[in-house]
Amino acid sequence: MRTLLAFIALTCAAHAESILIRNATLLTVTKGTIQNGSVLIQDGKIAAVGTNLSAPAGATIIDASGKFLSPGLIDCHSHTAVEGSVNEGSLSDSSMVNIADVLDPSDINIYRALAGGLTVSNVLHGSANAIGGQTIVIKLRWGKPAKGLIFEGAKPGIKFALGENPKRQGYPSELFSSPAAQQRRYPGTRLGVEDEIREDFTQAKIYQTRWKLYNEDRAKGVHPIPPRRDLRLEPLVEVLEGKRYVHAHSYRADEILALIRTADDMGFKIRTFQHVLEGYKVAKEIAAHGAGASTFSDWYGYKYEVIDATPYNAAIMTRKGVVVSLNSDSDELQRHLNWDAAKMVRYGGLTPDQALAMVTINPAKQLGIEDKVGSIEIGKSADLVLYDKHPLSNYSKVLKVWIDGHPYFDLDQDLKDRITLADRKKDLIAKEKAEEDTAKKKADTERRAVDKKEGKLPQEGAL
Amino acid sequence: MRSQALLLLVAVSAIAADHESLLIQNVTIHPVTSAEIKGGSVLIVDGKIAAIGTKLSARGAKVFDGKGLDLYPGLINAGSNVGLSEISSIRDTVDIDEIGVFNPQLKAEVAFNPSSEHVQIVRAAGITTVLSLPSSRGEEFSPASAVDAPILPGQGALMHLNGWTWEEMALKRGAALDMLFPIIPSVPRREQTIGGPPQRTYSELEREYKVKLEQIANFFEDARRYAHAKAAGEPDFQPDPKLEAMIPVIEGRRPILVRAGKERAIRDAIEFAEKEKVRIIIADPHDIGSTAELLAKHGIPVVLGETLTLPLKEDDAYDSQYALPGQLFKAGVKFCFGTFDVEFARNLPFQAAAASAFGLPPQDALKAVTINAAEIFGVADQIGSIEKGKLADLILTDGDPLEATTSIKAEFIVGKPVNLESRHTRLYEKWNARP
Repeated sequence: MRTLLAFIALTCAAHAESILIRNATLLTVTKGTIQNGSVLIQDGKIAAVGTNLSAPAGATIIDASGKFLSPGLIDCHSHTAVEGSVNEGSLSDSSMVNIADVLDPSDINIYRALAGGLTVSNVLHGSANAIGGQTIVIKLRWGKPAKGLIFEGAKPGIKFALGENPKRQGYPSELFSSPAAQQRRYPGTRLGVEDEIREDFTQAKIYQTRWKLYNEDRAKGVHPIPPRRDLRLEPLVEVLEGKRYVHAHSYRADEILALIRTADDMGFKIRTFQHVLEGYKVAKEIAAHGAGASTFSDWYGYKYEVIDATPYNAAIMTRKGVVVSLNSDSDELQRHLNWDAAKMVRYGGLTPDQALAMVTINPAKQLGIEDKVGSIEIGKSADLVLYDKHPLSNYSKVLKVWIDGHPYFDLDQDLKDRITLADRKKDLIAKEKAEEDTAKKKADTERRAVDKKEGKLPQEGAL
Repeated sequence: MRSQALLLLVAVSAIAADHESLLIQNVTIHPVTSAEIKGGSVLIVDGKIAAIGTKLSARGAKVFDGKGLDLYPGLINAGSNVGLSEISSIRDTVDIDEIGVFNPQLKAEVAFNPSSEHVQIVRAAGITTVLSLPSSRGEEFSPASAVDAPILPGQGALMHLNGWTWEEMALKRGAALDMLFPIIPSVPRREQTIGGPPQRTYSELEREYKVKLEQIANFFEDARRYAHAKAAGEPDFQPDPKLEAMIPVIEGRRPILVRAGKERAIRDAIEFAEKEKVRIIIADPHDIGSTAELLAKHGIPVVLGETLTLPLKEDDAYDSQYALPGQLFKAGVKFCFGTFDVEFARNLPFQAAAASAFGLPPQDALKAVTINAAEIFGVADQIGSIEKGKLADLILTDGDPLEATTSIKAEFIVGKPVNLESRHTRLYEKWNARP
């Protein structure tokens, strides 16, 4: 309890504290690069950005000469911190399940991602179903309980999936299905996936209307029997009402276009297409719908539906007016999204600022949190990353990471902790061994006592 | 320096007259094995580097203006399945992992598909040579250990990423014998096995492991007897392709590339090499424990797998895998890099750079993807650096080839300019033009 209180006190102190990071190359993302720039952090927010800031009394001053400061990186597609499996694969529409219910704040990959400069993740359900589970945006506040991870004010989402993954449940193969999932399930084709989503939204609209009528009656003073609550359809009604974002796993141009048309017909929006490796073929249609594209930098060749993958996807989509981000979908890749962004300079000749935007402000826009994070601007959360070199260099390394002005990763501290933890581990192993030895001795003594009582004397050397 | 260049010029003019020659001018040469040369030129005659200098010219040679860009030796991916696997999840397109425990006679080059999309895609990243291997990653990374899991899946070949046929592309056939060293798999936790097949106990697994070690010893013994019988020219001698393929191995001419991911496998592999008196290269290690010094002591080289991967244990340092190359470097182990896949084979240079961010000196990161790989596989007289007499495998870049922001502007394999287009660039051009 005392530790907990101390922890809270420390956290509060950190929030109230002012930090001035001085003499860094500031990669603001939205306002260009500032040489020898300073950032003042107050109450967890960016209070000032400039070249000649002076520290208020009592502020912690960090000299960042020769170093680079970027906004915290944002991953629009993650499965980190999900306890157990990410798929509720039983139904084609499992919209009633919620990732927020299974957040595991002790997942070590949160810390590992922090050490790579990641501060925000869109944590998604898997792609086994045409309509998967509800999703949640988190901040990587390592050490906080599950509730403390949730990004306050970020709109929740729902995962959709098109193509091979949801189809696969229709024709289980030895490669991808567990023995438990060896039962066929509709849909097993892209035609069926399109229909499934249409059917679900048809139901959702009827459900929405029933409640509307019911509420209207109630307003008139009539008291009809309320419609039966449907936890599966409720999130879809939220989608129809713009209260929940759709993040749609997709690869091929045909399925992307089909979903856009379904959404148009049903009157909802796709917030982001995820992976969207053929997005470049329908970039115009994606832009016109107003959807974002959250793609892989250079993945290809791993399955048939990515046959037309090209690392130039992001560049084409960007030029055709789509807001593009690079996602990880991986506990490893999320640790160096900056290096994935660097590839965009090579593939399609985007500028370093455009590249960096793909892992900062663009995913923030896609998640509707661009007023809070994603760039170094006054008033935004102090989610910042300090690097020894330019983050688009493959030789760069993360030194410090702040979330809401609180230091969540510090390389020097990490190196110190390693020694402490190694010692502690050694002590624990020694202690465990000592306890085992004591227990064994005790058991031996007891056995001897019993043997003696029963007259069985052990022979010398028999043990 | 000037007089030397003049001498070369005279010598070179004579050669250039009736041979195919190309002069790459106006480049900063990064030979890897010596200091960089600004404003340099490289003369290529019949696919080989004939001269390097600052003021070369050659009558009759075609001239390529390097426009002040950087010239590096082509990069080497020393562990991949390029050419043998097209789409990893579709078995019909995959020619790795043959059935059978001992298949040392299988040769990667004979199934290397010169028309594979990966050839163009990988070389566009500045990789001019790959070691193509006949198997996927070791047993340690597959879900279960099987009694009939392959141990010797075949020979890897060093392949140039340019040519009309695999014969033209093969730089060194039988460059290494691939070996998946047996391990005792860790017994999974009970909750991980619900609904799955019944699990074997540790002692059962240990017994299987010992049986496998015995099988290996017997196989090598058979190979030795076979070699004796062959040498003795016995009248009833019957040729056997499997054992025949082992002769270069037991004679120490062909190294064994041992996939050994963890400390125990590494120790076992070293012990095995000592006992069988064979040359080994450790491949794809991830949890080396305290074996770095041991590897250095025995002079055993290493082909590192992906740097950018997660720590194996929850309580490992976050950068334990990133720092591994630097750790081996400090211990004095010679190593190069592979990717042990196809889809990410082109990202080899970034693996080396990441290692550099975490402790490997940058110049040694570059060596690891060039000259070290050539030395480890016995082709340093042909590739791995820009030196007179070597094959002209060269890449022209606008900066450090280990940086993702750098572009590969031109490439030469055995002196021939290589087309840097691929399925990826063709799709780009086609769809970028969509109105």
